Amino acid sequence: MCTQAVGLVAAEMERQGIATVAIQLLMKVAERVRPPRALWVPFRHGYPLDAPGDRERQTAVIEAALRLLEEPDARPPVLREYRGDPGGASGSITR
Amino acid sequence: MGEPGEFPPAVRLFLKTYPWRRIDPVPWSPLHKPLAVCRLALVSSAGFVLPGQEPFDASIRGGDVSFRDIPSDAEAAALIDTHRSRSFDHSGLRSDPNLALPLDRVRELHAAGRIGSVNRRHLSFMGSITAPGRLVRDTAPRAARLLSEDGVDIALLVPV
Repeated sequence: MCTQAVGLVAAEMERQGIATVAIQLLMKVAERVRPPRALWVPFRHGYPLDAPGDRERQTAVIEAALRLLEEPDARPPVLREYRGDPGGASGSITR
Repeated sequence: MGEPGEFPPAVRLFLKTYPWRRIDPVPWSPLHKPLAVCRLALVSSAGFVLPGQEPFDASIRGGDVSFRDIPSDAEAAALIDTHRSRSFDHSGLRSDPNLALPLDRVRELHAAGRIGSVNRRHLSFMGSITAPGRLVRDTAPRAARLLSEDGVDIALLVPV
């Protein structure tokens, strides 16, 4: 239910001029709800930024999310998959 | 992995049959300036509160759609998990609240020059909301208005 809630809040923020990017944990729900800009991550619920206490892995997810804001030609809804680097130092986006 | 298969059968059935609210049309605010000059706010649905703040109300049918202001200079370790869901493992975010409200991470991104500034507050919701009507009509617009008035350019939203 968190996935839907952040999508709905993100939509309202976009309506009021704030560019958003929402982490998503359930691909099927993200496809149905359609938040404006979303990064699906392959982590279990409760672990949206990968690993507790791991600065590099958390930053890698956040950095991948921020990069979605830097796509000037993107059109909504944007939904990308995160593929984390096993070393945790970087992440890549596919799709 | 964040898939329905990680949940018990009753939760999986709920997820399969729940009438998810479709955003249509999808609103869009393209970003026309570099992140290095943007002000960022975080929005988490982990149900975090700070000491002295009212916990989220787990007894409200359909979910508690309220939110809390989290000052950006708050210590991550001070955040208290009050999320009502028992469908996920809370131990990670209890040991490191940055996992769902990355206060330290965005301060680091600001220090590194990746983002222009961190807003003076972030927002905390409790995402276990099965009846989102009031969220859509009332609290989400109010939350957006607050951040807009703060001059926020970009928001990172993190569910659990």
